[in-house]
Amino acid sequence: MSGYWDPHIERMPLEDLHALQEDRLKSVVRYVYDHSAFYRRRFKEAGVEPSDIRTLADVSKLPFTRKVDLRDNYPTGMFSAPRSQVVRYHVSSGTTGKPTVVGYTKGDIETWSESLARALTSIGLDSDDVVQVGYGYGLFTGGLGLHYGAERMGATVLPVGTGNTERQIELMQDLETTAIACTPSYFLHIMEVAEKMGVSIKKDTKLKTGIFGAEPWSLETRKRIEDATGINAYDIYGTSEISGPLFTECHVKKGIHVWADMFLTEVLDPKTDEPVEDGETGELVFTTLHKFALPLIRYRIGDLSIMNSEPCECGRTHPRIMRILGRTDDMLIIRGINVFPSQVEAVLMNISEVGDHWEILVDRKGPLDMMTVRVELTSAGFSDKIGDLIKLKKKISKELKGVLNIAAEVDLVEPGTIPRSMGKAKRVTDNRKV
Amino acid sequence: MSEIKQISLFVENRPGRTAKVAKTLSDAGVNIRALTIAEAGDFGVIRMVLDDPEKGYKVLKENAFTVSMTDVLAVEMKDTPGGLYEIVNTLGQSHVNVDYAYAFVTAKAQRAMLILRVDDIAKARQVLSEKNVKIATKEEIQAI
Repeated sequence: MSGYWDPHIERMPLEDLHALQEDRLKSVVRYVYDHSAFYRRRFKEAGVEPSDIRTLADVSKLPFTRKVDLRDNYPTGMFSAPRSQVVRYHVSSGTTGKPTVVGYTKGDIETWSESLARALTSIGLDSDDVVQVGYGYGLFTGGLGLHYGAERMGATVLPVGTGNTERQIELMQDLETTAIACTPSYFLHIMEVAEKMGVSIKKDTKLKTGIFGAEPWSLETRKRIEDATGINAYDIYGTSEISGPLFTECHVKKGIHVWADMFLTEVLDPKTDEPVEDGETGELVFTTLHKFALPLIRYRIGDLSIMNSEPCECGRTHPRIMRILGRTDDMLIIRGINVFPSQVEAVLMNISEVGDHWEILVDRKGPLDMMTVRVELTSAGFSDKIGDLIKLKKKISKELKGVLNIAAEVDLVEPGTIPRSMGKAKRVTDNRKV
Repeated sequence: MSEIKQISLFVENRPGRTAKVAKTLSDAGVNIRALTIAEAGDFGVIRMVLDDPEKGYKVLKENAFTVSMTDVLAVEMKDTPGGLYEIVNTLGQSHVNVDYAYAFVTAKAQRAMLILRVDDIAKARQVLSEKNVKIATKEEIQAI
């Protein structure tokens, strides 16, 4: 049974936690109003003054912040702290548009590390663990974020970064790595390479914990990883705009604890912007309560999730968000129907004949959108009778249709055909001309 | 009686795939006795009888092919009109279903060899033996 990193704050009675949030909300609103020209203008446009924010419920009076605001104010137009106080930048890759720049004060880096130290402790890690950080180091927040968090809780960090997979596996054995943090798709690749090298993760390594995120992944993939390697795989969540990776599930694996002293988390109906009830799906909106270089007010990340505010079996009182359904940016609209790649993954990973790697191709034939799902056939799923393979294709198609409500063409391909990724997997290629 | 192991491979229907299979086996010094390719649009199945099926299976697997081993019968067939009829008629009358079959002529050439995958291999062996059809052993296939 794992302990707590900061038992006082992690188990704080809800009443006290809400009082703390209220204090911090008032402070951050005053702070951005006084220090960020962007927010002063934004508040004035919305007709709201810092003094209007008296209770937590008053958050609804505040205007939203969106990714486009960060882009429009590129590079540092939204910062609240002067450069003399900023100790680090991270920059998003800009795959979906212009890059965005985020910044941290010394205190922000500490808060970020503290958040992960709590999270890593909650999955049972401590100073005896060796944490292999297989996220990209550099401009991406994943590598350095995990690095600082794991160091803060006293673990030994192995900063391998991405790529060089065979060396990762050798080091994992030689330095007795007990936990690895990387994207789930990269870990699947590590599993595959280990198998080729004749290394059994279960028997030949000390790995017991995986911390996987930076892309949505399904419970079915978790089951596959855990069954194949004997490790416990935990979901990690965060995005660079609010620091980077911040929160994980606890050892109970029933949702991701979002630290309420650091963030105010709302779940809103994307159509009405009204809060949804606990247990209902909505869009996550974060207000940073303890961040000073680039505090964000009601930041709409575009991720869909479900909140559970009940205290957890693990004793922590901080609310939990359920596995991310997908980012609205990742959503495909095919023949007018919304499709999340994570739904496709959940279907595929439940079919034993299908390998761990897959991709979606979208094309337009005449007026019609066509979705093709390419899956690798496993040796276990291979029957040398053509009829069985055709039946398998039909079965996959049928199960996809059952979940997605649209027909998808299924291509069976040879193992190793679908590109492996070291970082965030590129699962979708959309060839439609707009 | 140990059955003859046929090696089957899943291959995508694109240029060079069969060449890759042939090269992998050639590099390992494995000889192909018989081969057939069945295709179904964008993919196909290659089925082969090899002189050393265990080794062939291993090297193909190492080269990341989707591969399986299947028990098949290798039946000697008169290389004259009616040779095939005699065999499949015997199986049909005994309600043994043939999933697929392919034939090759051996170097000795008086007889052709028919590779059969059936739904009931034991029964097929029995009814064919009763008709004095010669069924090749693993060793015989290896020695061709």
